[in-house]
Amino acid sequence: MRSRIRGSAMTLAYERRTISRELTVDIPDQSFTVVIGPNACGKSTLLRALSRLLRPSAGAVLLDGADIHRRPAREIAKTLGLLPQSSIAPDGIGVAELVSRGRYPHQGLLRQWSREDEAVVAESMAATGVAELADRPVAELSGGQRQRVWLAMALAQQTPLLLLDEPTTYLDIAHQIEILDLCARLHEEEGRTLVAVLHDLNQAARYATHLIAMRDGQVVATGPPQTVVTAALVEEVFGLPCRVIDDPETGTPLVVPAARRRSPIGVTA
Amino acid sequence: MIVVRTPGGVSLRLHPRTLTVGVTCALLTLAVGVLALGSGDYPMSAADVLRTLVGDGTPAEEFIVHELRLPRLATAIAVGAALALAGAVFQTLVRNPLGSPDLLGFTQGAATGALVVIVVGGTSMMLSGAAAVSGFATGLLVYVIAWRRGVHGYRLVLAGIGVAAILTGINGWLLTRAPLMDAARAVLWLTGSLDGRGWIHALPVLIALALLGPAVLAGAGPALRLMEMGDDSANALGVPVERLRLALLGAAVLLVSLASAAAGPVNFVALTAPHLARRLTRAPGPNLLPSALLGALLLVVADQIAQRAVPGHQLPVGVVTGVIGGGYLIWLLAAERRAGRL
Repeated sequence: MRSRIRGSAMTLAYERRTISRELTVDIPDQSFTVVIGPNACGKSTLLRALSRLLRPSAGAVLLDGADIHRRPAREIAKTLGLLPQSSIAPDGIGVAELVSRGRYPHQGLLRQWSREDEAVVAESMAATGVAELADRPVAELSGGQRQRVWLAMALAQQTPLLLLDEPTTYLDIAHQIEILDLCARLHEEEGRTLVAVLHDLNQAARYATHLIAMRDGQVVATGPPQTVVTAALVEEVFGLPCRVIDDPETGTPLVVPAARRRSPIGVTA
Repeated sequence: MIVVRTPGGVSLRLHPRTLTVGVTCALLTLAVGVLALGSGDYPMSAADVLRTLVGDGTPAEEFIVHELRLPRLATAIAVGAALALAGAVFQTLVRNPLGSPDLLGFTQGAATGALVVIVVGGTSMMLSGAAAVSGFATGLLVYVIAWRRGVHGYRLVLAGIGVAAILTGINGWLLTRAPLMDAARAVLWLTGSLDGRGWIHALPVLIALALLGPAVLAGAGPALRLMEMGDDSANALGVPVERLRLALLGAAVLLVSLASAAAGPVNFVALTAPHLARRLTRAPGPNLLPSALLGALLLVVADQIAQRAVPGHQLPVGVVTGVIGGGYLIWLLAAERRAGRL
């Protein structure tokens, strides 16, 4: 297994609060890796470290073998992209204009808008199905459309590695599936390595090729969903008694939480 | 959007409306400038002014234009452009449309230095120097107070407001300590005035603009646009956010301090010009160059109004920019309410 990006013996901390110690993580190339775990388990922190938004206080994030904080930001941005949890659409900006900002790391003072930029932006909008919205103001779009526009911007950056921090939060179920289907397609057809933080275990099991399960800032299990998502592990990581069955649609593991034990006096006729 | 591409791989992107606004502002500034150079106790026609500018005037005309009127005009253009450019940078950095140097305490800081010189006594060179130094020191102070593993917009605004409040108090105390004559001079300075400004006032701002302007516009402009989308997005796109923010804050504070040193803390230009520029260009983003050009135009026009509004008596230019700026803000509120946005 080769990994272009890996975290090596990282200590991750905010101010005085340490989230992870000696955390080592490898992201297999060409995988769709999903990080799962209960709230506050450190999965978003891990993603922030991998995307160099958080500098490890010990250890390092290595991209192609070199410390990510010792290379020019713009160089890194040509290899490693990120869809942050929340971004602000500038006042009055249109869809095409926003997507074109993803070209920044490829541009310069005298190279503001090459034919390649133009083609890549058009492709990115087509891939995410927002081409027909090109001239609309971003502020007028629905949540699902807006998330696809942000994804298009990240795609326009043309990075072989793309990190997604909870890309489905705030979306309804149909739009969640839409975004995940889109990610799966990017992974399969374009061979990009994707790393996403997801809340929904069943979605993670369905879409991921590689899972990283975390608890209390540490990695508890890694591997393909079939081996990671077991009743025992879900109980250990989330503290949730459950059964794991086969997803009738895809055959991937499906977590079914155990029924609530009713107390006898709570039942009334 | 117009795209220009050359065979050598050079590609430029131009926004037609922004181009129109920029060129119009520059031409209007020149026109009003020629008018300003020709008006006063010794009126000159536009043709005479232009002839004198290229060096074909009578000795009297040469003296009046080059030594008396041109420095004042140059100060107005430089101060207006510097304040507006700094204002556009601040508003984008703190992601707050009210993020102007007046609110963040930098102009109050410059005023403190100037007031100390006025109260203690000193030359007008010392006054300018003190204003520049104390304005810049205030910028540093606000940054240090706001810093916590990087500086975030709202922390900067709060730190700035806090420092501004303290400095306003100190400035008031300094004023009450000054003898009546000095206090009157101090209040005039605090209002912002272009009266009697010479090359010694214009040059520092012009030099700072010539050095920092291109660096800010070309070097940081595109990155600043990305910072509008949040630090995480900008970082992901390869912008070294924290380093760039420090550099831009430093540049903007320096411009504001030098502008205040030259003309006093002229009100509202830094706040109004970027808003107005955005409305005119209808382009998203910080609109740095249009803001700067519009700022220069605003101050040149305001100075003309200040000199002519009350016959036989010159108003300080800060009074005019305050009235225009305040009026604009109220009009903006009314317009937004009509549009149902506020």
